[in-house]
Amino acid sequence: MDLMLREYLPVVILLALAIGLGLVLILAAAVLAVRNPDPEKVSAYECGFNAFDDARMKFDVRFYLVSILFIIFDLEVAFLFPWAVAFGEISMVGFWSMMVFLGVLTIGFAYEWKKGALEWA
Amino acid sequence: MTVADVAFYCFSTVTVAAGLMMTVSRNPVHSVLWLILAFLSSAGLFVLLGAEFVAMLLIIVYVGAVAVLFLFVVMMLDIDFAELKGEMAKYMPLALLVGVVILIQIGLGIGAWVEADGKMGLRAAVAPDAAQVENTRALGLLIYDKYIYLFQASGLILLVAMIGAIVLTLRHRSGLKRQDILQQMYRDPAKAMELVDVKPGQGL
Repeated sequence: MDLMLREYLPVVILLALAIGLGLVLILAAAVLAVRNPDPEKVSAYECGFNAFDDARMKFDVRFYLVSILFIIFDLEVAFLFPWAVAFGEISMVGFWSMMVFLGVLTIGFAYEWKKGALEWA
Repeated sequence: MTVADVAFYCFSTVTVAAGLMMTVSRNPVHSVLWLILAFLSSAGLFVLLGAEFVAMLLIIVYVGAVAVLFLFVVMMLDIDFAELKGEMAKYMPLALLVGVVILIQIGLGIGAWVEADGKMGLRAAVAPDAAQVENTRALGLLIYDKYIYLFQASGLILLVAMIGAIVLTLRHRSGLKRQDILQQMYRDPAKAMELVDVKPGQGL
């Protein structure tokens, strides 16, 4: 346990530095910076125009399609990691089950390629 | 209190606080950001348990992909959240019921973990000894062999998700000029181009 924690010490130090630096910068902006707001300064600025509408606008649904396809292949790769690590000791059943899994997802990949889901326009 | 205990209390406090802030914060985008913090600190908890692979998976899949998807959904739906808040009281009993059910399930799980007969044997039967095999390798030995049906089912679920997302969201707009690479490569300059000898002062 202690050995494992010692291996993570650099990560913890990095995390502490990142949080500390972020806090220092935010606090410095709050404490040191000169603040003299007026309505023009604090109003929303949009390329010289007054803001047209809310910043929360509707996205095209195709962004959603891209990200959901990304998640699916992300998960596929995540399944490959333990398989690859244990490759030397894995049984034939384990090997072929991964091949079937990849085959099933390749069918999906062929389908989405054929449908043109990977093309933007 | 050892270092591991301190780290555990830090991570679990941050997880619970971020979960709480996620539910109560007014801006849904802030809620998603709090959710990301909760994911990150629970990844820290997994590392403390010695489950590094699950921790990294939590960061890669949930923080990297699912949180982005949540942000898309929050941005895309364009719901008037103030109006939704007003209707919250109507759905409160149902939400409380779901919460109580989840609480009972967690209680049952922990109870079975602590109290079951021969619990040590049962725990040892699930996974190989953690000191002997590192957890990514242990997972690799279990998932593809012992839990092959669940593994294949997850593959089919991913396939269904892929096809479902394409069927639901893919709209090919007509009248757009698309690049056809094969057509470009088979294009013959001799046919595509015509040389015309134009006499001066006459035009075509």
